[in-house]
Amino acid sequence: MNDIVLKTEDLTKHYGGVHALEGAHFELKRGEHVAIMGDNGAGKSTFVRQITGVEQRTRGKVWLYGEKVDFVGPLDAREAGIETVFQTLALADHLDVPDNLFLGREKTKWDWLGPFRLLDYKAMRKDTLDALERTGVKIPNIRNTIERMSGGQRQCVAIARTASFSSKLTIMDEPTAALGVQETAQVENIIRTLKEAGEPLILVSHNMRQVFDLVDRIVVFRRGRICANLDIKNDKYTGEDVVSYITGAKTGEEYMDTAT
Amino acid sequence: MADTSHGTGGLTFDKSKRSWPNELNILLALVIIIVVFEIIGQTAPYMRGQSFLFDTKDRFDSIFNEARLQIIILQVAIIGIIALGVTQVIITAGIDLSSGPLVAATAMIAMSFAQTEFVNGQPNPKALFGAWAMDLPVMIPVVIGLTFGAFIGMVNGFFIAYLRIPPFIATLGMFLICRGIALWWSGGNPVSFPTEQFSALGSGMMPVVWFISLAVIFQLIMSYTVYGKHTYAIGSNEEAARMSGINVKRHKLMVYMIAAMLAAFAGIVLSSKASTAQAGMGEFYELFAIAMAVIGGISLQGGRGSIIGTVLGAMVLGVIRSGFTYIKLDGSYQLMAMGGIIIAAVVLDQFRQRNRV
Repeated sequence: MNDIVLKTEDLTKHYGGVHALEGAHFELKRGEHVAIMGDNGAGKSTFVRQITGVEQRTRGKVWLYGEKVDFVGPLDAREAGIETVFQTLALADHLDVPDNLFLGREKTKWDWLGPFRLLDYKAMRKDTLDALERTGVKIPNIRNTIERMSGGQRQCVAIARTASFSSKLTIMDEPTAALGVQETAQVENIIRTLKEAGEPLILVSHNMRQVFDLVDRIVVFRRGRICANLDIKNDKYTGEDVVSYITGAKTGEEYMDTAT
Repeated sequence: MADTSHGTGGLTFDKSKRSWPNELNILLALVIIIVVFEIIGQTAPYMRGQSFLFDTKDRFDSIFNEARLQIIILQVAIIGIIALGVTQVIITAGIDLSSGPLVAATAMIAMSFAQTEFVNGQPNPKALFGAWAMDLPVMIPVVIGLTFGAFIGMVNGFFIAYLRIPPFIATLGMFLICRGIALWWSGGNPVSFPTEQFSALGSGMMPVVWFISLAVIFQLIMSYTVYGKHTYAIGSNEEAARMSGINVKRHKLMVYMIAAMLAAFAGIVLSSKASTAQAGMGEFYELFAIAMAVIGGISLQGGRGSIIGTVLGAMVLGVIRSGFTYIKLDGSYQLMAMGGIIIAAVVLDQFRQRNRV
């Protein structure tokens, strides 16, 4: 049972009359990297928002490592071990890298001082360097504030942040959508490092080449429903196949009844 | 793994690469302003070679004109105490307009528990309460004043953090309420003749001692404690702070309470220094406190600024004030110059923000 990192059953989200997500059955195994693809409005981000507790689902069940979970908010999901890198980065622009990595979970000394307890900068710097090394993130100077960094470096900090707290599941929502070629390569290298470390990952992406380079399996969403589940490890599928699933030219056999 | 880093890349923690702190620019501006006054003083014919900063007449043991140095800082010390709190509020991307009237209200309330029963053998002519409130230990008016400040700050913080009233509106309302309290407290009459102990709080250079000690304490708090880090984080990206598990509402409440307690303390020191409390005290203090923070390089969008910067901002205002007196230009020019400096500070700062690498 615990080989399944994340499982959803009949996961559904309606916004008023709009059926953004309908009956999603999804499974993620230990160490597996899965990509979620689909056209705009196909339900990818809605799906992510339900499992990370950002929104409350209309219907359905979610299990994390075999345990049924009901997150009331993103913090709840985070405490349970789901780390998310959102399209809009949740970083404090005026703070530096260690500050951002440890925001809300600072290492402190003299805890008897309550809210005025001292920050253990030295320990946080050391752990930051360790975390960056582990994820292969390269940042010229960790004392730089986020506002002085390129989009790619910011994304790397956001990813390093998820990776530095031994998360149980990492979710990235279009991590390279706004990045240049070099920066994209840097983020992709981090994802490979996570793969080697056996960290499970859900990657939402539009980039076909990237997905084929990085993940084991592609799940395609169309009009709020999952319409294909493609194991791409054995070169059975090409980018063209995936495109026809996305556009609706093809539908996975097991989804014939439900997908539209 | 392919090397895809930018520039030199690599993992470094290089102290020498830390950016040029904004505070040095303000210090530089301060020095330039002093030099300008010094030059005007030395060259203008009607000044007859008096020095602005140096002791040319051998009145003091040091090379500086100590009397002038003391006045420069003394006249901004009390507003400076308020500015320490306002700085923290602005760093969270808020604003506090209620501090000036809060100074007056706290002065009235604290002073009425600090009165002495007999003035030169006669009963205190300004006595507000009966004999029970006379000649109390100094801690009582101080604690009452600070508690009142904390309460006002709590109300501010509650409306801003929990009911999401814009800080400008919430503290504008409190601005009027506090001025009202100050007038209502004694029916508009001054409250005067404090005990000796109470007078000692603000006599001589005591306001400067309070200002500098509190500035040091809060600079340390803002740089080295969780409270400080969370204050910056909230101002920088409130959503990110919330997502990181910071209790943003409770933290904001605490920031507004601390700011109001600092303003209340300024009110106590001011009434002690003046030996009287009047409902009209502290007029425009809130705006001068904001001006000090702004000259000190704070961003009204939040996330940026420091206590040291605000202290330097206070010094700039202090130098301008005594500088204009020194070159014998009257108050109207002072106000115009201060206004110009405030705008120039922000223009220069934006220029700097845009042009940095």
